[in-house]
Amino acid sequence: MTLTPRRRRMVLVGLIVLGVGAATAFALTAFKQNLLYYYPPTDVTAGKAPGDRVFRLGGMVEEGSLKRQRGSMEVRFVVTDFQNDVTVSYSGVLPDLFREGQGVIARGQLGPGGVFVAQEVLAKHDEKYMPPAVAESLRKQHEKKAAPATPST
Amino acid sequence: MAAELGHFALILAFCLALPQAFFGLVGAATRRPHWMALTTRAVAGQFVFTAFAFAALAYCFFRNDFSVLYVAQNSNSELPTFYRFAAVWGAHEGSLLLWLLVQSIWTVAVAAFSRNMPNTMTSRVLGVLGLVSAGFALFILTTSNPFERMWPAAQDGRDLNPLLQDPALAIHPPMLYTGYVGMSVPFAFAVAAMLEGKLDSLWARWVRPWTTVAWMFLTVGIALGSWWAYYELGWGGWWFWDPVENASFMPWLIGTALIHSLAVTEKRGLFKSWTLLLSIMAFSLSLLGTFLVRSGVVESVHAFASDPARGLFILAFLVVTIGGALCLYAWRAPRFKSNAGFAPISRESFLLMNNVLLVVAMTVILGGTLYPIFLDAFDLRAVSVGPPYFATMFLVPMLPLAFLLAPGMHAAWKRASFERTKVLLAVLLVAALALGIAIPAWFYGWRSILSAIGIIVALWVAFASLIEPVERLRKGHSLSAGVLGMSVAHFGLAMFILGATTVESYKQEKDLSLRPGQSTEVAGFTFTMNSLRNVAGPNYHAVESEVTITRNGRELAKLQPQKRVYRVQRNPMTEAGIDAGWNRDLFVAMGEDLGDGSWSLRLQYKPMVRFVWLGAVIIALGGLIAICDRRYRQRVGAEATSPAQAGTSAA
Repeated sequence: MTLTPRRRRMVLVGLIVLGVGAATAFALTAFKQNLLYYYPPTDVTAGKAPGDRVFRLGGMVEEGSLKRQRGSMEVRFVVTDFQNDVTVSYSGVLPDLFREGQGVIARGQLGPGGVFVAQEVLAKHDEKYMPPAVAESLRKQHEKKAAPATPST
Repeated sequence: MAAELGHFALILAFCLALPQAFFGLVGAATRRPHWMALTTRAVAGQFVFTAFAFAALAYCFFRNDFSVLYVAQNSNSELPTFYRFAAVWGAHEGSLLLWLLVQSIWTVAVAAFSRNMPNTMTSRVLGVLGLVSAGFALFILTTSNPFERMWPAAQDGRDLNPLLQDPALAIHPPMLYTGYVGMSVPFAFAVAAMLEGKLDSLWARWVRPWTTVAWMFLTVGIALGSWWAYYELGWGGWWFWDPVENASFMPWLIGTALIHSLAVTEKRGLFKSWTLLLSIMAFSLSLLGTFLVRSGVVESVHAFASDPARGLFILAFLVVTIGGALCLYAWRAPRFKSNAGFAPISRESFLLMNNVLLVVAMTVILGGTLYPIFLDAFDLRAVSVGPPYFATMFLVPMLPLAFLLAPGMHAAWKRASFERTKVLLAVLLVAALALGIAIPAWFYGWRSILSAIGIIVALWVAFASLIEPVERLRKGHSLSAGVLGMSVAHFGLAMFILGATTVESYKQEKDLSLRPGQSTEVAGFTFTMNSLRNVAGPNYHAVESEVTITRNGRELAKLQPQKRVYRVQRNPMTEAGIDAGWNRDLFVAMGEDLGDGSWSLRLQYKPMVRFVWLGAVIIALGGLIAICDRRYRQRVGAEATSPAQAGTSAA
């Protein structure tokens, strides 16, 4: 059986509708399970963040807050949005661009005592980049630093 | 001085792109040969000035001219010469200049290799490319001028981002950009065909090699990026479903669909308007990718510090280009009807399925990438879509695609009966089933049904892609470059699937602390840290550890992973130690000094990971072979008989 142009078009449209429909249905279910919400420290301290779900915490790493027990893999640091702080605990290798005073995003869950237990810590490629959520509050301080490209020698 | 000359040349290039667009489009519309002849001149001029501007910027880097802001921000007097050159495209402004240079090289190539096309077609294509160049040149001149001076000049520069000081990443952007920008060529051809109101098999034959070349570069560019992320970011992953990675992957998927749909348009004169739509989509997605990367709307490990004006410009450019093309499409596409039919089981149908599934895959990724941006734009919630979503959802269209590939390669045009290949395909499927279950169970142990399916389909596709070359060689028939290219590319895909499935199913990872003298075991390999020492590089110093890997008492490798600190930017950087083998990688990355003489280390065992990149390279190689096909070099005159006679050759 040869398809006439009209029937071929119907088949084409049918296939596309079917494909897109199936994809949307799957996508929506997969979405629900894999959506990660982002919370700044202020929301976490205000109790708006879920206690039983993985989410992302973003902000700046507070200067001087990085602490490690000698010889232990676990490290603790404070993430701040300059209004509120959350302590983060992480066991593993921190990314290269992780530094105090810079933007960071941690994925994990709230643990006992309000400590955020991170499964993954992301820092940025570009040291000038920071999470948009904290960019605003940080802009003033950053302007000082970013003013004419400071030669280092 | 060089900076001013470069800036001036860039302005001239912009000024020449306008007449290129004007004479190309208007000259073709009004059929004025002189005007059309002027287009080619404008193309040549635009290339010369863009190349000059690029050379001027490279010269500023070479001479360490730190009075140029961009040089001061991205270079340093201690930076090795090779990276000083690579630093030209190390950040936003310079990478756009590279973009423009690549664009003008493509345009020159189109002008040079289009002697077999009618004049009006050529000048329309060049005219559209002129519009695109003009848009990008204007973008650079108004929002991202790399030649900006700063006063007073810096004494020394802030150095290139250490992550970028790497050979693979030095060539990754040019490759990727060549692919991205190359998608503007089929786009220009599509717009030209719509303006011309004519689209036939010949048109498809002109576009195919350009599309394939652009797609090849995109393939290699993405593979290089993935390889770089694997060894340089220190995480040992090869794909993160990061928005910026997705931005390069989406045009690739649509480019792949376009290559296959073009085959149908060339051989059978079908899918014409669909091909046009795919050409527009491929370039739209390239522009969208640029927008995502450059505007800073996505939160990504790759995102760059950005300026809202830039994002706005690209968005406006995207709307104008794509909106214009789609309006033209709505107006003209109904003209491109074809009356030929095909049976439900035929090569056309298989290629149709290929196209539908690839577009679905792209939609899935697009949805996951844009959804967070969408919510953010309406101030609803800050969310992100986790990698598991992409990993699961991507398989939904891709698994059927891979399974359909094996019979699809051997389906005849119009109506396929599989009389010749039915038995052979079935035997190969049984062999793939047996091997796909036995081999992993023997070497790695049973893991899950999904890993078995992945390996089975990879083997089936690999076997099926060998049928045609082997058969023809045995019978002493000649093998056209088109068919060989197709077989090679599909074999490459099979290798990729095999590598990706194996490494994702059977990888082993361990983060732990070690001090010199201690050892640990991962996947049957014993990792022993021998020593720690300080070493100095040209613009960094590093702590290096020596790790010996043994198995059953036999020494396999001595690795020297480093933790570097670059003197100027003060960023620590992980140089992983990798023992690469064809069937497995052993990966050691240094974490931090834990304070008591021990270091945190990340140890990984990655079976078959090399197949991921090797597969991608072979896919690209298939494209390279396919464009060598003789029929792309034939002239118009000798073409009268073409579309009908084409029976079973390449898709």
